Amino acid sequence: MTAPLHDTGAAETAAVDVAAGVPAKAIEGRSPWRIAWIRLKRDKVALAGGVVVLLLILVAIFAPLIVSLLGHPPNDYHEDQIDALFGTPKGSWGGMNSDFLFGVEPVNGRDVFSRVVYGARVSLLVAFLSAVVAVLIGTVVGIVAGYFGGWVDAVISRIMDLLLAFPQLLFIIALVSVVPNSLWGLSGSGVRMAVLIAVIGFFGWPYVGRIVRGQTLSLREREYVEAARSLGAGRTYILFRELLPNLVAPITVYATLMIPTNVLTEAALSFLGAGVKPPTSSWGQMLSKAVTTYESDPTFMVIPGLAIFVTVLAFNLFGDGVRDALDPKGSR
Amino acid sequence: MTIPEQPAPSDEVVPLLKVAGLVKHFPITKGLLRRQVGAVQAVDGLTFDVRPGETLGVVGESGCGKSTMGRLITRLLEPTAGTIEFEGKDITHLGVAGMRPIRRDVQMIFQDPYSSLNPRHTVGTIVGAPFKLQGITPEGGVKKEVQRLLGLVGLNPEHYNRYPHEFSGGQRQRIGIARALALKPKLVVADEPVSALDVSIQAQVVNLLDDLQDELGLTYVIIAHDLSVIRHVSDRIAVMYLGKVVELTDRTSLYATPMHPYTKALLSAVPVPDPGRRKRGAASGGSGGRILLKGDVPSPIAPPSGCRFHTRCWKATEVCRQQEPPLQALRTGHQVACHHPENAPA
Ligand SMILES: Nc1ncnc2c1ncn2[C@@H]1O[C@H](COP(=O)(O)OP(=O)(O)OP(=O)(O)O)[C@@H](O)[C@H]1O
Ligand code: SF4
Ligand SMILES: [Mg+2]
Repeated sequence: MTAPLHDTGAAETAAVDVAAGVPAKAIEGRSPWRIAWIRLKRDKVALAGGVVVLLLILVAIFAPLIVSLLGHPPNDYHEDQIDALFGTPKGSWGGMNSDFLFGVEPVNGRDVFSRVVYGARVSLLVAFLSAVVAVLIGTVVGIVAGYFGGWVDAVISRIMDLLLAFPQLLFIIALVSVVPNSLWGLSGSGVRMAVLIAVIGFFGWPYVGRIVRGQTLSLREREYVEAARSLGAGRTYILFRELLPNLVAPITVYATLMIPTNVLTEAALSFLGAGVKPPTSSWGQMLSKAVTTYESDPTFMVIPGLAIFVTVLAFNLFGDGVRDALDPKGSR
Repeated sequence: MTIPEQPAPSDEVVPLLKVAGLVKHFPITKGLLRRQVGAVQAVDGLTFDVRPGETLGVVGESGCGKSTMGRLITRLLEPTAGTIEFEGKDITHLGVAGMRPIRRDVQMIFQDPYSSLNPRHTVGTIVGAPFKLQGITPEGGVKKEVQRLLGLVGLNPEHYNRYPHEFSGGQRQRIGIARALALKPKLVVADEPVSALDVSIQAQVVNLLDDLQDELGLTYVIIAHDLSVIRHVSDRIAVMYLGKVVELTDRTSLYATPMHPYTKALLSAVPVPDPGRRKRGAASGGSGGRILLKGDVPSPIAPPSGCRFHTRCWKATEVCRQQEPPLQALRTGHQVACHHPENAPA
């Protein structure tokens, strides 16, 4: 056995150290997540989106505190702020003043600021939790379809096609009209929110499922899966230790981009009266109320509209940034 | 013309791996009901032994079933027919659980160093996975053992926490080698271990495999698509064509007196470093220069009748189209499947 060239691998090792720009003594690896984070930090637009998202989340969490400091209880009437003759807020810009930051609602004079802040709770909670539902179902079903293939995949794919073609808004409106007032130990707006979360999540999972299935199909052909099998790994190990870590990035991206869609769906449903029940406030419901008064009091329509717009935009910018950071080659 | 089987001295050695009549057909299905309409005959009747301590080289063009063969003997694929015996134990149809203890002894090195390492795992996790999966705690702990293995394959043990993307192709292949050697296997199947690497690094990795064989007493089955990579390291070489072994002999005989026309063609494609030899070869007969095979490898879905090589063989006759030549020993330890072999003993 001739051996024309011998080496210890030291030369190659050194070369990589120089290329990566780290001293030879550094032993911490730069994980794919850390690299994505470094990339995300450079993307100023995405960061701005992220900051707004963070603020919105804080507003939703600390809504009671914020309202007690800067507003009035969201369901209190302030008829003194209303022009008795026309039912519109006194003063210009929908009755904005230092006491009522975003003005007051026409006719009953409720504090718009407080209602927008509490509306953020409903909006974000429904959007987040329905995304969680969609991701959980979509991931499990997508992995199963992609990994097992064959007729399992064929059946699951047909079901996903079916759900994607389903008129979900109509279905939800119909469903909400028959849901009882108390369910699963919840009542009133709680029931409505639970139904919204379940239904938006249920119609959302096929989107996640399709992506996870496609990724799994390609990942299962990688040689590291065979390597694991050649070491005696069973199905569970391969699914959870080898495949799942590679699916987290695309799932994260999809989840962040799914939240703004869910915000819009929730707003649309509330607008149509299928959302949370009054007096609990939500942005869509405020918009639908504003429709009747927009000519005399446009501010009342602009404020919840802006809230929706800013939320959706911030999530989209942040989500796009996350996608670019995790997948620099840009698969879409 | 058949010479009766003579017990060669090496035949007394109990083979480490014994493969007989190994077949793998991948079914081709159509429609919703998945009706079978045909089969890719990727491997179609392989019989060979691997002796302890040797290196068996397997060569053949792309698509001739080499990887399928490797995946069958490591039982990553379920054989369609035939038997595989490892150390006298029939492992042909063992399931995941039945194979688990045997996987300590039979390991694989993969072709693509980019797809064979999980990008989300650190090197420590990757090379430590064998211990985890086999439920073994090495002396001194997993981390220490992984670092020893990294050192063994010429990597910096301090790179334990690094991720695969931080390494070059050659280094990644070394990580794959460390993983394959972690359980101290007896048999290592290397599927084109260097074909994805830069030519300048190929020799380093081949040499590493060679050194490790001496150091650890390994037995290799090394797969390659041409003879240049394995000529130095193989003790015996099997030449495959369309799912079959067409010639199997020791390295010296294969280079000095190739019998199968396909082997001759493969040999003529290898750059010969010694110009004197090329001249002698050219002088020794019509096909001594570079033989260019006409056409592509036929599809393994519908392989040619008779000798599968007849569509491209310059010596083909009627009998080649009709009858399949059996693989038989024309000389001691030199098996060939051809009706009109070259260099045949008189
Ligand atoms: N899982 C599979 N399903 C169907 N056909 C397959 C499968 N795996 C391999 N084949 C087919 O079997 C034949 C042999 O494939 P194999 O990968 O064993 O060839 P190979 O000699 O390793 O080629 P290469 O040098 O390109 O790696 C090819 O025609 C291939 O398309
Ligand atoms: S059997 Fe005939 S066709 Fe096949 S290799 Fe020999 S000579 Fe060529
Ligand atoms: Mg191959």
